[in-house]
Amino acid sequence: MSKSEVAASDPGTSVPGSDATTGHPSSLLRRVLRKSEPAIAIAPFLIYTFLGLGVPSLAVIYYAFHGNKGGWTWHNIHLVTHGIFLIGFENSFKLGLISAIVPGILGVFLAYAIQTSNSNVLRRLTSTGAGVLANFGGINLTFMFLATLGSTGILTYWLRDVGINLANFGFTITTFSGVLFVYMYFQLPLMVLVITPALGGLRPSWREAAENMGASSWRYWRHVGIPVLMPSILGGMLLLFGSAFAAYATAASLTLGIIALSPIQIGNFLNGNVIAGQTHVGYAIALGMLVILSITMIFYSLVRKRASKWLR
Amino acid sequence: MAPLSGAGSLYEVSEIQNETVPEFSTGSTKRRRHFRWWRLVVLALAGAYFLIPLYAGIKFSLQNAEGHFSFQAYDKLPGAPGFSAALTLSLKLAVATMVVSTLLMVPTAIYVHVRLPQLRRVLDVVTVLPIVIPPIVLIIGVLGAYPLWAKASPYLLSFMYVILAMPFVYRSLDAGLGAIDLKTLTEASRSLGGNWLKTMWRVILPNIRPALLSATVLTLALVFGEYTMASLDLWQTIPVWIVQFSISSDGNIQVAASMMLLVGTWVLLVAVVSLDRSGSRRTRRRMGE
Repeated sequence: MSKSEVAASDPGTSVPGSDATTGHPSSLLRRVLRKSEPAIAIAPFLIYTFLGLGVPSLAVIYYAFHGNKGGWTWHNIHLVTHGIFLIGFENSFKLGLISAIVPGILGVFLAYAIQTSNSNVLRRLTSTGAGVLANFGGINLTFMFLATLGSTGILTYWLRDVGINLANFGFTITTFSGVLFVYMYFQLPLMVLVITPALGGLRPSWREAAENMGASSWRYWRHVGIPVLMPSILGGMLLLFGSAFAAYATAASLTLGIIALSPIQIGNFLNGNVIAGQTHVGYAIALGMLVILSITMIFYSLVRKRASKWLR
Repeated sequence: MAPLSGAGSLYEVSEIQNETVPEFSTGSTKRRRHFRWWRLVVLALAGAYFLIPLYAGIKFSLQNAEGHFSFQAYDKLPGAPGFSAALTLSLKLAVATMVVSTLLMVPTAIYVHVRLPQLRRVLDVVTVLPIVIPPIVLIIGVLGAYPLWAKASPYLLSFMYVILAMPFVYRSLDAGLGAIDLKTLTEASRSLGGNWLKTMWRVILPNIRPALLSATVLTLALVFGEYTMASLDLWQTIPVWIVQFSISSDGNIQVAASMMLLVGTWVLLVAVVSLDRSGSRRTRRRMGE
């Protein structure tokens, strides 16, 4: 056994004569080529991802700690942890949190309603629809919702006809509440996509067992259903948080860039709306976002490991 | 995040299909009725939330200035200032992105599957990074780090779109390669005298055609919907044009353009999802399930 292994790993020396050209320079070249073949084959991908992901990330870290005249400084970090930039982080965090929790909970109900509907058509429609809608951020949402809830929007008129003026409730589509409402359009389908496999993992036999032991529907959910689903729900919410926290296009086009959210502030920085002496502050905001998103994803991978326990 | 940011959602879509629906066999009629009522409310609300904005957008684009039904906006769209230039730019970027993405990802994915399966975990992690690092952070880094000559070319966007598309493209290829018996195919081809290139071109590629197609279509949809990077790199692609045009004009043209973009993306993505499903169904049938 060990002999054949040695032979396989090093044919040139341990099995003399099997390779007639051993010792010639051309075979040496070939052997070097064969040894480095994996490295050569994988190199384009690694170089590309380094240039496209590594270099920009390193640039963000580098500039975040450097002043506009060069030299190492904490100045940018100080700026973004105070004042308007801190408010930006707080708003973004709040936006991420609310648009993780609300669509997160609604998404579970929606997914459960679809799953238990016993309608194949409905289930097929949702699985396709959710796949499309979850990938559906961007500027189209802005125009759809302006036509719905803008000052001349259809729903605005309908509600006015029945005597409801949304502005009285503090709701306008171009501010924080509006952005929150619009984000649900891709957050809700994303949650349905994430949670549906987990709902499929709830065995009917568990419910039957609970009922045989006299548990009510409430007790079944309290002690079996929700504890089993919890890691998946949390995982889904973490994904939703990341997706809302980092979104730029919809918020930027909907509010025309005047809302204090971290991604929008980076955008304003790149568009040249910078106060003198704060020329590198955009990088520090980006670094802050990177840190928060990395923490989110670490939690996500931990929770996911836990969730996969019941998903077999 | 930009469109197509659903964390590899395509694969979760096919997962839904494979799940069996739990049937609560002991449910009493009373509870059933209660459930049905509850379900109806949830589904009706969700339906309203998802359909009304769509209806509103389409209705808005089919109105003239007096609010009457007309195709005026769609008629004017091709002649609107800047539209054809934006469309040309978006098309160029899309083609460049699809070509580079295919040339980069297909050989890498195949090689890793055949020769270096131990690297698959590394690739899984690396290709998910563009979801963790959002486009807004990437673009500020790119604009800070790259030299002027690179920033002067619109193809810098294509370069970055390949990165943005990576999670979807790699996942698609990974699933496609996982579904075929790669080892047998490669060994058969090699023992018949085919070299590496021939094996890839004549044997592997035809077998992963659906995965390749869905990867390409997803890339196309991504390039045509991407706003963050294009607007901050100051290139007027179609989405950037729509937003800028809406500020400078008061017509319904940009809503019409947005609706066309939306319907186009929608059709593409539905095609991909159903293609995916028919693909997985075919595999399942072949495996005798």
